[in-house]
Amino acid sequence: MKKNTEQLELEFQEKIDNEIKIEPKDWMPDAYRKNLIRQISQHAHSEVIGMQPEGNWITRAPSLRAKKILLAKIQDEGGHGLYLYSAAETLGVSRDTFLQWLHQGKAKYSSIFNYPTLNWADMGAIGWLVDGAAIVNQVSLQKTSYGPYSRAMVRICKEESFHQRQGYEIMTKMARGTKEQKQMAQDALNRFWWPALMMFGPHDSDSAHSSQSLKWKIKRESNDTLRQRFIDKTVPQAELIGLTVPDPDLELQPNGSYKTGEINWDEFWNVVKGNGPCNKQRLAHHKKAHDEGRWVREACLAFAEH
Amino acid sequence: MKNKLFKYTLRLGDNALILGHRLSENCSKGPYLEEDISITNTALDLLGQAEAFYKYAAQVEDAGRTEDDLAYKRPENEFYNLQLTEQPNGNFAHIQVRQFFIDAFNYYLFSQLKESKDPTLAAIAAKSLKEVTYHLRRSSEWMIRLGKGTPESNQKTQQALEDLWQFTHEMFVADEVDETLLKEGIAADLHKLKEHWDAKVNEILEQANLQRPEDGYHATGSKKGYHTEYLGYILAEMQYLPRAYPDAKW
Repeated sequence: MKKNTEQLELEFQEKIDNEIKIEPKDWMPDAYRKNLIRQISQHAHSEVIGMQPEGNWITRAPSLRAKKILLAKIQDEGGHGLYLYSAAETLGVSRDTFLQWLHQGKAKYSSIFNYPTLNWADMGAIGWLVDGAAIVNQVSLQKTSYGPYSRAMVRICKEESFHQRQGYEIMTKMARGTKEQKQMAQDALNRFWWPALMMFGPHDSDSAHSSQSLKWKIKRESNDTLRQRFIDKTVPQAELIGLTVPDPDLELQPNGSYKTGEINWDEFWNVVKGNGPCNKQRLAHHKKAHDEGRWVREACLAFAEH
Repeated sequence: MKNKLFKYTLRLGDNALILGHRLSENCSKGPYLEEDISITNTALDLLGQAEAFYKYAAQVEDAGRTEDDLAYKRPENEFYNLQLTEQPNGNFAHIQVRQFFIDAFNYYLFSQLKESKDPTLAAIAAKSLKEVTYHLRRSSEWMIRLGKGTPESNQKTQQALEDLWQFTHEMFVADEVDETLLKEGIAADLHKLKEHWDAKVNEILEQANLQRPEDGYHATGSKKGYHTEYLGYILAEMQYLPRAYPDAKW
């Protein structure tokens, strides 16, 4: 029996090494399944909780075009949440359970959404920096070893690159606008720069799930590699529109790559543990909507059973 | 005549904008994710309709205003949306009842307007009718699902019908703008529209085990720019940036 499991594990790793996707009904180690459930549901929750900080500006979007684009973008995020919950459900956990874990604080979502959106340029900063960081990660995840997750990523990446461009467009308009608009743009960059860098997670040396995830090709590249790719892509974009990256230690190196100052990891872990500016607010908002929707979901079920 | 066409088109835009705005407030607050996305989708359709009507209104007016000026720089008493569109989201039953009343109205309105002698109004109506046909199907299904779901959902939906009924009458109140443009073959016939609307509402409520409310107070005045207290807050929020930074381009 024991040999059997060993054999299965060997075959499993062989598939992974040969870039053959793992599908829902294939045998997989329990730890692989658990790791994926954690990562995909965290990703799904991030999309859904991420609707809130942007939703905060829908009713104040300053033009009809801006309002339509923002709404469409948030709707896309909700759609990404749907694909990802569906992908996660193929691992044998229901969406209700995922939501329960979220509400109980057992499941996390990206900490970036625990920061408030305080001026209109934040809509630009989120698209440009937050979606920009997400794309770097997600492009890499298109090659992840679990089939349903990989296919969800391919779809999501197409929409995310549009989000990143519209965010940069808002930022460009603001940075080149009136004095007040420029101030809003710089203020948004000041507040979102470091949290965006934190989105890639701890340094490789401190990342609990990284090495096993890389061996199983759930993750394809390390946190630090992806973070550096994002920095090198984004710093010149900030310079192009006349904004200053809020890092006095930022330095262009001879190899064309940027060296940055140290990330405030105390802040990172604090927000992860629930002590960020909006952790309570975001979760309470989601719970409230879910609780208020209870009678609607019950009505749907009762009607379907008639 | 030009002024009447401007006003008529503006009203169509205002209805779409204010209802779209109300629905957009609900983003991330839906009872489940699929429905959250659907409501946002309806909001997007309505904002698109508002933009099309405002563009045309601005063109008819020919005073150098843009569609954004019309949305963002008019005061409350120059908005002509139906009071029903500005009513707060309340609970999910209020959202769906408000939507059902207006979808039924819009469906028969655009069905007539697509035959309008004004080619631009006819074109916008024809395009919008495709969206509104789907909206009406959706909100009718919600009426039936909620009406026949559980005793709680039936009671909440009946309450929402009672709460919003007083705002349905003004949909069919014609003023001289409607009458003049009707004679020209441009506007919709509100009398005919009411017959269709009544029949549709009766049909769906009956299927849904819901009662048509008794007539009581008739809210009215939106065609003259009179509103409920809610519109002022919608505009204060919506127009905040363009009014606080009049020189800025967004």
